[in-house]
Amino acid sequence: MLPDALREFPFPAAVLDSKLDRGELTLEIAPASIVEVCRYLKQQQGFVRLSGVTAVDRLPSEPRFEIVYHLHCLERNERLRLKCRLGEPAEIESVAGVWRAADWYEREVYDLFGVAFRNHPDPRRILMPEDWDGHPLRKDYPVHGHRYDYQEGQ
Amino acid sequence: MSEAAAGARPRRMVLNMGPQHPSTHGVLRLVLDLDGETIVKVVPEIGFLHTGIEKEFEQKTYQQGVTLTDRVDYLAPLSNNLCYCLAVEKLLGLEVPPLARWMRVMLTELTRLNSHLVWLGTHAIDIGAMSVFLYCFREREDIQRIFEMFSGQRMMTSYFRVGGLALEPPRGWHAVIKKFIDAFPANVDEYEDLLTKNPIWLRRTKGIAQVPLEDLLDLGVTGPMLRAAGLNWDIRKTEPYSGYDLFDFEIPTRAESDVYARYQVRVEEMRQSTRIVQQALEGMPSGPYVADAPGIVLPDREKMKTQMEALIYHFKIVSEGFRVPAGEVYQVIESPRGELGYYVVSDGAAKPWRVHMRTPSFGNLQCLPLMVEGGLIADVVAGLGSLDFVLGDVDR
Repeated sequence: MLPDALREFPFPAAVLDSKLDRGELTLEIAPASIVEVCRYLKQQQGFVRLSGVTAVDRLPSEPRFEIVYHLHCLERNERLRLKCRLGEPAEIESVAGVWRAADWYEREVYDLFGVAFRNHPDPRRILMPEDWDGHPLRKDYPVHGHRYDYQEGQ
Repeated sequence: MSEAAAGARPRRMVLNMGPQHPSTHGVLRLVLDLDGETIVKVVPEIGFLHTGIEKEFEQKTYQQGVTLTDRVDYLAPLSNNLCYCLAVEKLLGLEVPPLARWMRVMLTELTRLNSHLVWLGTHAIDIGAMSVFLYCFREREDIQRIFEMFSGQRMMTSYFRVGGLALEPPRGWHAVIKKFIDAFPANVDEYEDLLTKNPIWLRRTKGIAQVPLEDLLDLGVTGPMLRAAGLNWDIRKTEPYSGYDLFDFEIPTRAESDVYARYQVRVEEMRQSTRIVQQALEGMPSGPYVADAPGIVLPDREKMKTQMEALIYHFKIVSEGFRVPAGEVYQVIESPRGELGYYVVSDGAAKPWRVHMRTPSFGNLQCLPLMVEGGLIADVVAGLGSLDFVLGDVDR
């Protein structure tokens, strides 16, 4: 199922699954090998662009989180999706050392899903206020947020 | 160091620019670390316009979600409508009829003009050229009237729906667009007369905020920014969608990667979009404006009143929505700002499990520190303008 270019993939154990659906290729990667796989894909396979990093909360399935990386090779005009499944507490190595683009995208995933990125250059919230409680895009986070009590300050 | 030792005042200062600053076009805060007039470090703070649109998607049916997409990038609502609809249609395996495809191309190109006009007007006013703004908004008004004619709305059009268009194209649309688009190249000449050889404009933009192509690629920058750095990459050409491969247009590029090059690329893009709209006007096919997909597209009002089957579909679509087969897609289009991607995950229900918007402004804004650090504080405004970001698009 792997495209020709990825046949001689040096980390066979790192790829847990691969799927071609609606013309889009997804590789499931073991979370521990994400950085070396990304570095290989960027340097040896020409995936110079990281289009984005995001996450999906699969609650109540286990493991709960999927971290999704969209890669793009300009030379061959090829797109590739990498996926890592993480249980709680969710933690994974940052790929900001491979593509600087990952910096803000990983901060966003941390902010909205509460997934920690090890060795991230700037591990702060990005969209929500610094002192915010909880991570809004988790499935167990209420849609209406908190009922604000206007009496509180008095 | 010797100055400090001699008791001179420290030259370093921290300046807060924004969140309410006229040239940040929205609510963006920049924390500038200055050494005199020179910028040592800049830290962009975003999130002031975060409205939780991605969370809201999960509460709405697929068709209702279209109205959220307008509000992401409010200067290019139809580009967002299109990308979302294409993603859901890809999940459904649904093909829309030729008229809808051509209308989508024509109207998204008008959206590109609309967006570039706002960019040019505000960019020029930031640098001090007041009159360009007035000219640009004159034409923008015409485009918004066209959008109102089609959808009833000037900005939040929601005109593209899953399966085709929201409404039948209005009577007389052809003449209105033709009148506008035939006059438009002369208007672009007018903007260029004011700016392209203007010595003040040249000195404020040439050689300013340069970033090498490798850095831009690594930082996830897309769109006109990359093309102004010499990369000939446009998703309309490399991954054509909605029938763009049937149109004849050029991809303008420049090598300098400065504010002026970005200006030239976008102005040329306006001319190319004009060509696409003209071709769409000439070759507009006829036929239905929505796909023949009874469970997904609302039935015709007349049929709904007379046919049992149509009534049932109408009831089901309105009350529950339509179910989308499980799976995930990442659909990209070339928005006026760059690569716009919708990652839609379905678990087989009538509401999306997850929608992620890979917005071009978010990716592009990451290169701001590289653009302005080491430059002068007055050039921040020029650099910001050349990024052409929309804060709604950054914060979602």
